[in-house]
Amino acid sequence: MRLYSIAIYLFLYVPIFIIVLFSFNAGRHASELRGLSLQWYGKALANPFVVDAFVTSLVVALTVAILSTLMGTAAALALQRLKGTLRILFDGMIYISIMIPGIVIGIATLVALVTVFNFLNPLLASVWPEGVKPLKLNMGYATVIAAHTLFTMSLVIILVRARIAGMDRTLIEASTDLYATPWRTFYQITLPQIFPAILSGFLLSFTFSFDDFIISFFVAGANTTLPVYIFSSIRRGITPEVNAIGTMVLAVSLILLMAAQYLLHARTNR
Amino acid sequence: MSEQDISESPDIRFVGVSKWFGDVVAVDKIDLSVERGAFFSFLGPSGCGKTTSLRLIAGFDQPTEGDVFISGTSVVGIPSHKRPVNMVFQNYALFPHMNVADNIAYGLRQRNPKPPKQEIAKRVDETLELVRLSGFGKRKSWELSGGQQQRVALARALINHPTVLLLDEPLAALDRKLRREMQMELQTLQREVGITFILVTHDQEEALSMSDRICIMREGQIIQSGSPRELYDEPVNRYVADFVGKTNFFNGKVVTANKSSISINSESCAVLVGVKSKGAPTPKIGSNACVAVRPEMISISAADEKDNHADIVIKGHVKNRIFLGEHSEYLIVTEGFGDVLVLSPKTNESNRRIFAPGDHVSISWMPEAVLVLEDT
Ligand SMILES: Nc1ncnc2c1ncn2[C@@H]1O[C@H](COP(=O)(O)OP(=O)(O)OP(=O)(O)O)[C@@H](O)[C@H]1O
Ligand SMILES: [Mg+2]
Repeated sequence: MRLYSIAIYLFLYVPIFIIVLFSFNAGRHASELRGLSLQWYGKALANPFVVDAFVTSLVVALTVAILSTLMGTAAALALQRLKGTLRILFDGMIYISIMIPGIVIGIATLVALVTVFNFLNPLLASVWPEGVKPLKLNMGYATVIAAHTLFTMSLVIILVRARIAGMDRTLIEASTDLYATPWRTFYQITLPQIFPAILSGFLLSFTFSFDDFIISFFVAGANTTLPVYIFSSIRRGITPEVNAIGTMVLAVSLILLMAAQYLLHARTNR
Repeated sequence: MSEQDISESPDIRFVGVSKWFGDVVAVDKIDLSVERGAFFSFLGPSGCGKTTSLRLIAGFDQPTEGDVFISGTSVVGIPSHKRPVNMVFQNYALFPHMNVADNIAYGLRQRNPKPPKQEIAKRVDETLELVRLSGFGKRKSWELSGGQQQRVALARALINHPTVLLLDEPLAALDRKLRREMQMELQTLQREVGITFILVTHDQEEALSMSDRICIMREGQIIQSGSPRELYDEPVNRYVADFVGKTNFFNGKVVTANKSSISINSESCAVLVGVKSKGAPTPKIGSNACVAVRPEMISISAADEKDNHADIVIKGHVKNRIFLGEHSEYLIVTEGFGDVLVLSPKTNESNRRIFAPGDHVSISWMPEAVLVLEDT
């Protein structure tokens, strides 16, 4: 039994460990280790494509996290008041949007957006004032952010809903009983109570968006995100540079994870 | 309600109040009034609508029908944060992300305009002292024992000087000894602050020992309300007699009924005589009724002794004896009358023996001491 679990952990973590180790490789080839150095990190960070992709990923992930946290939390608070068939309908749609494979979301969003853009762009051009270059809708930041947010918002809704359901309802009644208006009750009692779920939702959304390849691949247009860049550079062969980028992405994710753990622990440790 | 008697109006008044949840009726056409400064209790079994009644006063629920008045003003439709009442919740509902002082200050901080900081701090200290928790302000609520949390919940409500304090089974989570202590404290506190207390409980002992007035409920309706003594001595029916204190019941059919006495033909064919309870209607001849005999009204003697005054003498043997300090409680197995509970005071009289399980005894009572009640 113990051997079995060790094997599982090895299987999970050894590849990751190897990537981290090889990112410090002094040699030119990804497959043989020749001394340690930081040269590949330097190379990666000096590569304008990598830096661009990294910034794009950060901007997209941050926007997605903020939008989906705000909208998801608001939606969760509203959905909790819904009853009957309408509630079942919305619950169903939320779970379905999480279960749909990323590739389906990617293709469907792409097709939908292309169709809409093809319809709207001539329309816009015709109503645009003379002499000004007309606005042309295109794939880019907005589309990838929208596609990611659609997915991550459902995550936030589910997380926050679970927290609201587990929350002691009498706390809210106690607050209104003590003369707090509904709005004050919300930010003095409800918000602190559901904050851990909102924070997890934010971080999950961020990591999902930061790591996502499939959806971004279809709808990011010219704005290459880091996973898309890594994919395309791997096609030209695995270099230690890719390992270095991978390690940096890993570091960002781990730091976020630890920050979340720390914040949650500091709040709920009671 | 006319204008001039507003100052004299009761603190809480229900006029034909009903509350339906879907097709379940939780409170069924209740009329009720609670005098200023009273210690009032709702008593009844689980699900009879006690909490719902309290929530209608607090404003968490609105009545389906009827009118609720606080100090003579109708509050129907007024949300809970605008009502001058405060509630102590069964699970205390202390805010877990705030310390004790912040919990207690919560109500004051919602005021508009907000009182100055020093004033709030002063009032919090005073209230902590009132509930004997001085120095606990910086603690977290989850660092306190059950009894201490209960007192914080009380302080959090009392600091606002509400017109009425609502308490929903505030002592249910405490152990027996602590509960006794807190009952005493609550009573003392109520006299000290002079606020009307409305308590919900399903513990008849608690209601009897603490309240000025008790309202006994069943299935959303008020069966009887009155002082503890009235409920104990003059129950309107079997339900109330059964709920308030221990009672032996003997069922039968009414054979004669007049002003002074009522007799029933019991199931074991003996005729039992008793008096009518004040406030209860005279049972009709032929209807089902029961004789209610309080255990302390029954005297017990050795089987061979004779008690000439007694109306009825029943033979039996002792099954069980519980020593209760001042009293002994006997469970007597009788012929034809089932198991009978007898409470016998400890006396120095030599003819009062202590009986042991298995002893043959006879029990008897005076007809004036027992009530004939409608069997509902
Ligand atoms: N929100 C609600 N929705 C539906 N039914 C309810 C609701 N609240 C109470 N009820 C029903 O109303 C009736 C009275 O409930 P209530 O909570 O007032 O009882 P209670 O006397 O306080 O009982 P307990 O001693 O168990 O607390 C019960 O039958 C209960 O199921
Ligand atoms: Mg209740």
